[in-house]
Amino acid sequence: MRQFIQDIAENNHYQATHLLQILRQIQSRYHYIPEAAIEQLSDSLNISRTQIISVIEFYSFFHLTPKGQYELLISDSITDHMLGKKDLLDYLADKLAVTVGEVREDGLVSLDNTSCTGMCDQGPAGLVNGYALTRLDRPACDKIAELINRQKPLNEWPAELFQVEDNIYKSGLLLNRQIKQGAALSSTFSRGVKETLKEIDKSGLRGRGGAGFKTAIKWQFCSEEPQTERYVVCNADEGEPGTFKDRVLLNSYADQVFEGMTVCAAIIGAKQGFLYLRGEYLHLHDKLQDILDQRRQNGLLGNNIQNAGVDFDIEICLGAGAYICGEESALIESLEGKAGIPRNRPPYPVTQGYLGKPTVVNNVETFLAAATIAVNGGDWFADIGTEKSKGTKILSISGDCARPGIYEYPFGTTIQTILNECGAVDVLGVQVGGPSGTFISNQEFERKLAFEDLATGGSFIIFNSSRNILDAVQNFTHFFAHESCGFCTPCRVGTSLLKKQMDKIVEGHGSAGDIVALEELCQLVKNYSHCGLGQTAANPILTTLERYLGLYESQLKEISFEPGFDLDGALETARRMANRYDAGAHLAQTESEHE
Amino acid sequence: MANKIRVATTSLAGCFGCHMSFLDIDERMLQLVEVVEFDRSPLTDIEHCTNCDIGLIEGGVCNSENVHVLREFRNNCKILVAVGACAINGGLPALRNHIPLEECLNEAYLDGIGVENPQIPSDIELPLLLNQVHPIHEVVKIDYFLPGCPPSADVFWKFLTDLIEGREPSLPYELVHYD
Repeated sequence: MRQFIQDIAENNHYQATHLLQILRQIQSRYHYIPEAAIEQLSDSLNISRTQIISVIEFYSFFHLTPKGQYELLISDSITDHMLGKKDLLDYLADKLAVTVGEVREDGLVSLDNTSCTGMCDQGPAGLVNGYALTRLDRPACDKIAELINRQKPLNEWPAELFQVEDNIYKSGLLLNRQIKQGAALSSTFSRGVKETLKEIDKSGLRGRGGAGFKTAIKWQFCSEEPQTERYVVCNADEGEPGTFKDRVLLNSYADQVFEGMTVCAAIIGAKQGFLYLRGEYLHLHDKLQDILDQRRQNGLLGNNIQNAGVDFDIEICLGAGAYICGEESALIESLEGKAGIPRNRPPYPVTQGYLGKPTVVNNVETFLAAATIAVNGGDWFADIGTEKSKGTKILSISGDCARPGIYEYPFGTTIQTILNECGAVDVLGVQVGGPSGTFISNQEFERKLAFEDLATGGSFIIFNSSRNILDAVQNFTHFFAHESCGFCTPCRVGTSLLKKQMDKIVEGHGSAGDIVALEELCQLVKNYSHCGLGQTAANPILTTLERYLGLYESQLKEISFEPGFDLDGALETARRMANRYDAGAHLAQTESEHE
Repeated sequence: MANKIRVATTSLAGCFGCHMSFLDIDERMLQLVEVVEFDRSPLTDIEHCTNCDIGLIEGGVCNSENVHVLREFRNNCKILVAVGACAINGGLPALRNHIPLEECLNEAYLDGIGVENPQIPSDIELPLLLNQVHPIHEVVKIDYFLPGCPPSADVFWKFLTDLIEGREPSLPYELVHYD
């Protein structure tokens, strides 16, 4: 092991910023991070062992105790649940004779849940040793159990288990028009970088991650910083449950995304770029690496790109299972090899980003759009959309519809139009923008896709009338409690309390004051949290309370208060040990029950 | 004197430290009893409470008797208050929550060093332990929470005078600022 770790450290030039990538390799080889590895890394990277441990404990895909040689994770997104995930997980656990959350005694396999893996259009999905499994059903589970028990190496597993489809059902401005490799760069250089920035400004392009900051202004601010060492970062940590468009863009449009990053680098004067790819998309890594190599060979990355005197290269960094790293400052921390805890903003990344240097962080789709605008000009883009939201938005549509997949729509399109085209009938409501977004009811389908009405990063989960909204809200609330980074108390404690309170109501233990208590808690978490995660963690509850108060109330008991735990059950151990079976050895759950 | 405000107090899984701190209002106690009458409380030795305005509860819920006492208070007090860290969070007694109850009882009564005549106490007079210590708001509805370990005498004074004078109780920052 010493030599193995020595080699990895050397390949990573003993850079502590590469800690995540180093730990990924150790985890993948040993299925945990051994204590000896921590000690050795601490010496060779010159960072403290506690710092390494904090990173291991922070990310879901790193472990201090051994996982199975086959590490199976099943996606816990609501969309997977709608496709029968729970039943399948139980089936798989049974087939493999392993308890969910544990390692089988022989150490061969471990099975657990994981947050949404971004395969909502082809779930139920999972990961085996980091590689995406799609469209799981009972026969597939049988197959997987057999392969594992026969200890077949992953590269001998049948390819159909790992088959990931694009499922593009509607293309528009961006998806229709594959630009030629290098076209955006040659347009940029022949037009001039300043003029290209003007075109992007004219296009009205706003960030596609959801927040909608104007891209040209961000790039301009960064280019005007006095510090000349600058960075471009592409945020491909799409962890919002129900979002998978970046997966498709990187699978089929990666060249253009890289080109957009290079255009950005030329404009802001950056020499280094990073693609922060969520760990769940490991299956894309090698393919993306090949595209980068090809671009280097074609003189589109490296020194003196297209003889325009621009030097720029891109490195791919894989995440390790932390939703919070989609927040730009947490992502930068993670790029620096640290736990992904959001920074105080301001200063924003454009002034102090990666290693404290000016950094542009944009969504995958934003770079794709920027590349296309660089070729076709700003007007071409700005002609489409609404006054404040120009161009198109690429949506990830999943849930109850005939054709879940990728759809590109001009801004200003109504929700009803979208529902019609993806084949959704008898719709109860739509979760727009993922758990951190808004739940809209079937009374609101005339609302429009736009920053001024329904802003979204692209997640669009459809529920038909056979679904119970509270199940979805409960799933989302559990998600946030799991993904809270733990840095600030309102979010760390608040999301757990929300989960507890929501469970209490859904499981039928709620009483009169519980909805008021829930709402107060929501406001507290929303208003006092450090970053966007906590500030939006209560959205699933708040947006559905607003629309379906009656549904919540129907869950409540008619008594004024119900204890938060099983009183009589809590006496069981003492009762058994003291051999007490008299009436006094029992407690009624509520007093009416008692008298 | 029939119109005095009736106050009851008790300690569940607590250390009586909150009660001691309450007594630290010192001579202000004389002002208080002008308008307040104590019902069930360690200060009066009254065993059961009847129709009170305010109930002050110190300590968390660790056994079945605590549950009964807490319910008696809830049924008889218009306003029920969680006083101090243990009532609010379980506090020090809740440190045992990390250890299974079975291990706790084994250590204390069977396998511990110096245990003679090892046996688990069993008598209908003895309340049974809950497997974990709980904050009181998980068992009954609580109207107000007084933080502190213990809350200072001034906290009791401010809270009670606010209530007695008909104001919504509020504690200024100085009274809940501990470091």
